[in-house]
Amino acid sequence: MGVSIRGGTPLRDEEFRAVIKEIDSPRARYSMAAGIAYSRFLEGLKRGEILGTYCPSCRLVHIPPKIYCPYCFKHLTRWVRASDEGRVVTAVVSYLSATLETLEKPEIIGIIRLDVPGHRFSSYRFPGILHRICGASEDDVKTQRIFDARVKARWLPEDKRTGSINDIECFEVIWG
Amino acid sequence: MKMNVYVKKRVAVVGAGLTLFRRRMLETPQELAWIAAKRALDQAGLELKDIDCVVSGSAPDAFDGVHLKGEYYSEGAGAIGKPHLRVYVGGGTGVFVPIAAWWHVASGLCRRVLVVAEEKMSSAADPHPQAVFRHIWDPITEKPLNPNLIWIFALEMHRYMHKCRVSKEDIALVSVKNKRNALDNPYAQAGANITVEDVLKSELLVYPVNRLDISPVSDGAAALVMVSEEWARRLTDTPIWVEGIGYTLDTSYWTNRELSFPVYLKNAAEMAYKMAGIERPMKEIDVAEPYDPFDYKELHHLEGLGLAPRCGAAEMTREGVTQRDGDLPVCPSGGLLGVGNPIAAAGLMKVAEIFWQLRGEAGKRQVKKDAVTGLAQAWGDLMQVGTVVIMRR
Amino acid sequence: MPKIALVGMGYTGFTRSSEHLSFREMVYQAAVKAYNDAGGIDPRRDVDAFISCQEDFWEGVSISDEFAPDQLGGVLKPVYTVTGDGLHCVANAYMMIRSGVADIVVVESHGKPSEIISMSDIVWFSTDPIYVRPLKLPNPHALQALEARVYMRSRGLRREDLGLYVIQSLGNALLSDRAPYAAKLDLDGYLEAEYVVDPLTAYDIARYSDAAIVAVVASEEIARKLTDQPVWIDGVGWATEISTISMRSMEEDVATKLAARMAYDQANVKDPRREFDFAEVDERYSYKAIQAIEALGLARIDTVASDLRDGSFSRSGSLPVNPSGGALGEGVPLEAHGLARLLSAYEQLRGRAGRAQLSDAEKAVVHGWRGLGTSSSIVLVLSR
Repeated sequence: MGVSIRGGTPLRDEEFRAVIKEIDSPRARYSMAAGIAYSRFLEGLKRGEILGTYCPSCRLVHIPPKIYCPYCFKHLTRWVRASDEGRVVTAVVSYLSATLETLEKPEIIGIIRLDVPGHRFSSYRFPGILHRICGASEDDVKTQRIFDARVKARWLPEDKRTGSINDIECFEVIWG
Repeated sequence: MKMNVYVKKRVAVVGAGLTLFRRRMLETPQELAWIAAKRALDQAGLELKDIDCVVSGSAPDAFDGVHLKGEYYSEGAGAIGKPHLRVYVGGGTGVFVPIAAWWHVASGLCRRVLVVAEEKMSSAADPHPQAVFRHIWDPITEKPLNPNLIWIFALEMHRYMHKCRVSKEDIALVSVKNKRNALDNPYAQAGANITVEDVLKSELLVYPVNRLDISPVSDGAAALVMVSEEWARRLTDTPIWVEGIGYTLDTSYWTNRELSFPVYLKNAAEMAYKMAGIERPMKEIDVAEPYDPFDYKELHHLEGLGLAPRCGAAEMTREGVTQRDGDLPVCPSGGLLGVGNPIAAAGLMKVAEIFWQLRGEAGKRQVKKDAVTGLAQAWGDLMQVGTVVIMRR
Repeated sequence: MPKIALVGMGYTGFTRSSEHLSFREMVYQAAVKAYNDAGGIDPRRDVDAFISCQEDFWEGVSISDEFAPDQLGGVLKPVYTVTGDGLHCVANAYMMIRSGVADIVVVESHGKPSEIISMSDIVWFSTDPIYVRPLKLPNPHALQALEARVYMRSRGLRREDLGLYVIQSLGNALLSDRAPYAAKLDLDGYLEAEYVVDPLTAYDIARYSDAAIVAVVASEEIARKLTDQPVWIDGVGWATEISTISMRSMEEDVATKLAARMAYDQANVKDPRREFDFAEVDERYSYKAIQAIEALGLARIDTVASDLRDGSFSRSGSLPVNPSGGALGEGVPLEAHGLARLLSAYEQLRGRAGRAQLSDAEKAVVHGWRGLGTSSSIVLVLSR
């Protein structure tokens, strides 16, 4: 290999602290439009409903909803209400916050495949939602007992809901 | 997938260069890009004035802390006064840059292309470079849950473990292998002799992910020189041909699909195999550098690439097939787990490693078998991107 | 060499805001229109690759290519992003088709600047973090104003000349359906405006608008099947100069000059002043458009000022520039701006520019620049 120059200058932690730096925290603020599909989804959450759009050609229910089907590209206009129950597809235990600080109390996170009355889905494409899972222990995750467990949304009281994914506190496991 | 494979021109790699991969480097993004570019030019026996076009790649601007970062680092990448494009597919970028460079040459628009990937993650210092990943989520349906990056991979890893009956011990073997391979790599940041037990006992981050299941945060850059057939013949007796390229992007709605098998990668690989005329990848690929930012990802990707049977990569790993002296050496460089993970640069490092392996220039890392055909792959986004390059001697 | 054509385009927006639609929904609507325009292609079946031109900090998302595929119909197909102007995506499509790996490529770019609350900070964040950014200039436009001063002095351009350009462009924009800032302005009105940064007033600096634009690019064989009116891409060139303004020439737009040379070589353009029927150029700043006209070889250094005064670049002149308005009238939808220029040229060359239609429109040059903080330009030569 034609190594004629050094491959750079690594810094140890104390050297990194000592070198001259420009420190800048950019102000980056946005106000993002939810749009047609997400607006209706968020309004539904406020009422305690999980709404999706239905694609008749692919027989898929899209949650979160969109006004087009990503698989056949048709315009979607039919809305369906999913049950607030479903099954756990996968789950993990997080010991860290969003910024990687250690959490005092670990959180269980999962993907939930929601039931939609009158519809069946393959294990490859389904209405799935990312959320916190409650009513389960770390051990339930580590033993994989949580896989396929039934869960039901635990909603915030109606007057506390704001039209946010956080209007659902978590999905609670129904053991049995 | 309809893909016209009647390609008219051949494209070769004739030089590669890397910086050291380290947690913190003194150099600016521009300087890192320059070091790697200069080394690649040196190996190719070219000077910057010989270069027609520059193609570059880098992952989120937030790492280096510059908006329009491609414009900013372009001078270090040798792009001043030249046609320069920066391409971007998240973590898949490093292997995508040579894909885009391929059509720069194969279109006949450029004859000699400098290919550069750079990442300076240490610039995003507060509180940790990983914080940049807070902004990768759907701002409306996911970000309010306050996710961290590891969630998404832990969710996929656990689904894979569940569906394929793979244990944490099996997965840890990848980390052990790659970190050991990296001990022979002069650019590597995280080479080590560790055991499965060390991985399992390292700090638990998000079950099932422990500290040593993950590649480190790094600064670094990588570069290649890619040229037309005519120039390849003129410059070297041992050009390495880029014979197949493939890439796909799956839906943004990653919670709506089965995660245990990477369909996006299967499609990308099929595209590349078709172009390279490869019908039986398990038999025809001699050495592979699949993307391994997490140890389970090497297994997952080997299956997506068709280099291991579905749910069969763990067994291959246990049996030593993927060791440097095995039948299918995998990540002989040490991979991201061992060499480090300056995102886009790490992907391009894999292409550089295959280049050196096929030329027989990998030194202590040289695989035992006579490697004629090699593959490099990267992956990114919300588990969506597969990028594949196939090279031959 | 087989030819490559533009066979369909669609857009939504060119509005000051777009609160009712997410960016994905805007792109979807533009894509549906473009596919329909391209002979009713089905993206799931007919398209080989999709390219999106965007930048993380414009999107407010890190790794924003995550959100590229669905609204284009690109899921599980070849999709990637280029951090560049929409025209840089067209350049990639052009290379892909020429190389033989694709026959039909879809190109997309969008911008929702109305969603960026801290726009000035984001723009400033593109400057060099060591040499420039710590200066914390109160108004980023100052960087371009420096260049404007140098350029105006070297070419003998007065403020009245910039005014002439602005009046002409805003007037042309009155003929367009997508120009929220079109206006009938006179020189007194122009000269009375206060400086934003001397020598630039608010009239000299384009405002923002929200838009999404999708284009379909195809090989000659496919193009002839899809449409009777392909618009041929005869050449594409692009180039980058040092982004920090103090380190490069302010007298001329070197990047545009180099990009034009590359495109003209491919398209065999020898005498740009005579060969083109019109030009679509970036006019994020009034002076920058004049600089581009010169760098594209459409005017000589010593006569660019007199050509401008003679009306050479007006709709009735020898070489109309932005005949249906440009950034000043339309607003700048960030990286989609180059595709906006392409769209106007495409409509002219197909005879579908409505009230803005020129009588003679067979060959055009299209120019894009990435805006403040960059010196990257791209040039396309189109013909019908």
